[in-house]
Amino acid sequence: MKRIQKFSMLTVLASVAAFALQPAAPVQAEEGPTVKKVKERGEVLCGVHQGRYGFATADSEGRYKGLDVDYCRAVAAAVLGDSEKVKYIPVSSVTRFPALQSGEIDMLSRTTTVTLTRDSSLGLNFGPPTFYTGTGFMVRKAAGVEKVEDMGGATVCVVPGSTTEKNIAALFRSKNMQYTPVVIENQKEMVGAYFSGRCDVMAMDQAGLPGHRQFDAKTPDDHIILEGVFSKEPLAIGVRQGDDQWYDIIKWVTYATFNAEEMGVSKENVDEMKNANNPDIKRMLGTSGDLGKKLGLDNDWAYRVVKQVGNYKEIYDNNFGANSPLKLERGLNNLWINGGLMYGFPMK
Amino acid sequence: MTDTTAPIAAPPRAEGQADTDQPRSRQQPPPTEKIAVLRWMKENLFASPGNTLLTIILGAALIYWVPAFIKWGFIDAIWYTPDPEVCRQSDGACWAVVAEKHRPMLFGLYPYEEHWRLVVALAVYLGSFTITLIRRFWHWQILVPLWTVAIAVISTMLWGGVFGLTFVETSQWGGLPLTMVLFSGTVVLGFPIAILLALGRRSHLPLIKATSVTIIESLRGVPLITILFVAVNVFPLALPDGLEFDKLVRVMVGMAIFFACYQAEVIRGGLQAIPRGQYEAAESLGLSYWQMTTRIILPQALRIALPGIMNHIIAALKNTSFVLIIGLFDILTATTAVMQDPLWRRWFVEAYLFVAAVYFFFCYVLSKYSQQVERWLSEGRRF
Amino acid sequence: MTVAHEANIDIKKGSSSLLHNLAFRGVAYQVLLAAAIVLLAYLLYQNVNANLEKQRIATGFDFLNETSGFDIGETLIEYDSEDSYGRALLVGIMNTLSVAACGIVLATILGTIMGIARVSRNWLASILASGYVEICRNVPVVLHVIFWASVIRNLPSPKQALSPMEGVFLANRGFIFPVPEPNPAYTWVWVALAAGLVLAFGFNYWAQKHREKTGKYIATLWPCMGIVIGLPLAAWLVQGAPLVWSVPELKGFNFRGGASLTPEFIALLIGITFYTGAFIAEIVRAGIQSVPVGQIEASRALGIRRGFIMRYITFPQALRVIVPPTTSQYLSLTKNSSLGVLIGYPDLVNVGNTTLNQTGQAVEAIAVMMAVYLGISLTISLGMNIYNRIVAIKER
Repeated sequence: MKRIQKFSMLTVLASVAAFALQPAAPVQAEEGPTVKKVKERGEVLCGVHQGRYGFATADSEGRYKGLDVDYCRAVAAAVLGDSEKVKYIPVSSVTRFPALQSGEIDMLSRTTTVTLTRDSSLGLNFGPPTFYTGTGFMVRKAAGVEKVEDMGGATVCVVPGSTTEKNIAALFRSKNMQYTPVVIENQKEMVGAYFSGRCDVMAMDQAGLPGHRQFDAKTPDDHIILEGVFSKEPLAIGVRQGDDQWYDIIKWVTYATFNAEEMGVSKENVDEMKNANNPDIKRMLGTSGDLGKKLGLDNDWAYRVVKQVGNYKEIYDNNFGANSPLKLERGLNNLWINGGLMYGFPMK
Repeated sequence: MTDTTAPIAAPPRAEGQADTDQPRSRQQPPPTEKIAVLRWMKENLFASPGNTLLTIILGAALIYWVPAFIKWGFIDAIWYTPDPEVCRQSDGACWAVVAEKHRPMLFGLYPYEEHWRLVVALAVYLGSFTITLIRRFWHWQILVPLWTVAIAVISTMLWGGVFGLTFVETSQWGGLPLTMVLFSGTVVLGFPIAILLALGRRSHLPLIKATSVTIIESLRGVPLITILFVAVNVFPLALPDGLEFDKLVRVMVGMAIFFACYQAEVIRGGLQAIPRGQYEAAESLGLSYWQMTTRIILPQALRIALPGIMNHIIAALKNTSFVLIIGLFDILTATTAVMQDPLWRRWFVEAYLFVAAVYFFFCYVLSKYSQQVERWLSEGRRF
Repeated sequence: MTVAHEANIDIKKGSSSLLHNLAFRGVAYQVLLAAAIVLLAYLLYQNVNANLEKQRIATGFDFLNETSGFDIGETLIEYDSEDSYGRALLVGIMNTLSVAACGIVLATILGTIMGIARVSRNWLASILASGYVEICRNVPVVLHVIFWASVIRNLPSPKQALSPMEGVFLANRGFIFPVPEPNPAYTWVWVALAAGLVLAFGFNYWAQKHREKTGKYIATLWPCMGIVIGLPLAAWLVQGAPLVWSVPELKGFNFRGGASLTPEFIALLIGITFYTGAFIAEIVRAGIQSVPVGQIEASRALGIRRGFIMRYITFPQALRVIVPPTTSQYLSLTKNSSLGVLIGYPDLVNVGNTTLNQTGQAVEAIAVMMAVYLGISLTISLGMNIYNRIVAIKER
């Protein structure tokens, strides 16, 4: 009897232990930079939005799509050689920074605005902006609002911990108007609250609004998006401070997408371009030089980024532009040579 | 708990009646049916003017509401349709929302083609659970192999990665199976901690006592949410670099410790109820502290504390729903996510009623069961 | 396993061993525990610090004085986006306290009614009450709160608001109702109310002493109610009965005038009240049933009126059983009010969460939340312990 008791205790303990240990990541004895962890794990842990059209949405089978998602894939393609080796971790506006700080994610690609505070006291580093937008507002057509000044006294739905939350506080204050914020952490709940009529106005990055109008409204035509943007929101990938190599990779993967567009390298022609006559293209795609080695990667990293994910134009068009249901103009997100702000630094 | 439907004035039950299932009518003179009904009504509905008034008011409300509810919930209800338009045309409940969305609600983000694995896991879990509840099977020789096999099957089904099953990470687990994993994990991990804390609080050693009291009182003083925040946001920062724990495990440990602090107080109540003589007798037999505790004191204390223990186990089941806040996809989180679908959003009442019914079923069965166990354990005992 | 191990040692070794010396073992255990705690605390502290430093995350509580930059939907004290995080958290604390206080009052009333109904001789009342208790306590409080939030958000918009009474509206913007316009005369009404309460308590106390001394019963219920209601009424009438209603009207986006309860407040309040009310009902029922039937039968045999039996025999004894578990229900209600974060009610956790995100200082923000809740819990415990001492059996 005693032996059985002991045995049973052992099995219970063993199963508990098995349960606790199985999902835990491999224990590392020594300190290793993020790349090492990512390679050991075989996947990039990428924090993405819970659901914003164009940036990150999951379909019913859990496949993610969007501009932010494409940057997770680009980094995985560069580091691991396969753009599918990403584990997407949806984070809310509130949980995103703790998730990065605590190591739950390796990179934060989630419509995150670069600000001084976040860069300094939150301990983040930001790559080059992958998208420029600003705070926008959606209102019901029936409310008769045409400009910001008509919104006095409105109830505004917004997610907490966002720059948008602070922007509307400053905007309404500067216009001397009252408003009531309704702050709901869960993005979908917040959008639902606006469409069910809890709020008069929904405030978020303007580029996110058309998608919500198109897919979440019962009748999209009942809602309008106010003209103009009301703040500067350069959205970029965030990483933890204290790992410069990882930060460099994020930075140059982003530049590679810009440069590829500028040099006319796309998914289709990247194989031919590898042997093009242009030394800049050859160096970027790794036919010559050793840029990859300098980053601690192999020489094909940028080739894989373009081959598997595409250049910036392709990424944009698939998620916001001509090939997407949203059909948004490039605007600020055009290359600098076309009047936009996208400016890839030289890859030399 | 007493049988609330029985009138207070009913004669006290004979000893052992609950077990022999004697019909109650044997103790009362058998009056004719009609008079019995009338007398029952007079005693229980119209005993005094105030009582009569109350009966009339409540009765009127029932007559007004119950048919309306039945009409909404059953007669006019749409039971199945893939087309939300059909529901929109109807005045009744749209149970079709449950029919249409039951898979994401019950199984969350788990890969769609693999849902059958969750059905197997749930069936094995509920089966083993039911067997465990039956008194006849209360033997180590039965329960230990049963649960060893059950845990093996359930883990294989949930994780996969062997026998050609695709591997599914814990972050993709969801719905009812996740609720079940969280609940069992909380109770299994938490109970030993609870016993240690309760013993610690009763200890004569001041430092051990102080530590237990501090842990119990400070954790009981804060909401579960903040403990989950610590488990999710702060705990990883406190680990040395490179050491990581799965979020699900962290959350489970947090919930287990929270559960243990409440359970410890219940067990302490049981410990306090043990007469001094029991300790003295055990000591005079030369038993050591642990022998005395495990063989003499704890079995009795746990029996005395059983109602409270069961209450907190039921609370642990309900508390699993708190993971909604930190984004684990239990059945409630999955349902709120499903309810964001603009086509089906307006029938949230039906969807939430369904989830409520699931929780209600398990909690109610557990609470009724705990009353039954109390009766079993009190057989032939004086306290 | 430790258990078996210990037992073996005890059996094998003689009692002369130092290991078997109880006092020595007690000290040894405690030294070990102390060492383990110190070591653990040191390790955790060290790790947190190292991790924060490596990532260059700000530490310390300086952020409490920094400008928050965000607005809060409902505030009981003055606050705007120019105020500090510290003040924002204070707003959160006030909101937590207000919803918890309302919840405690409502849950007590609901629970008491349902508890009495469950033991009522009226079969219909008893069965309905037990239906309420079983349903509400077997469904998680999270679901209660979410359900009511969804219900209220799906009420009609302000333009089609339900209006059960003139000037009272129920819409997806909350519950809006008329209130009297502020008037200086009301200060005196409040003073009169306070005076009335003091007088009523005094009278009650005197009546009790008088009864204990002489055995003569003085009815206190009606005189007390008269004092409490009459004094403020008189104060109001004396000042010329000023009364102008501020009636809510739909203007622009929302209602102007009157007072309103936000949907989030109502949903949270209903959710935690229904849930906790079910538990309190059970406690009240158990309390009433704990009074031996013999006492009531004896009282009846003495010819004491029903109301008297309830008030002077059943209730004081039931209270002794009721108070301690009700305390823990009040505590759990207060802690459950933190579910406001789920539905957007700006309670402490909600504001704390935003602060956590804006400043990135998770450790400090969570520490502030925990400390405040601990403080609230200890205060409620203390208050209820004092009350419990008053109603407990006085051994003579």
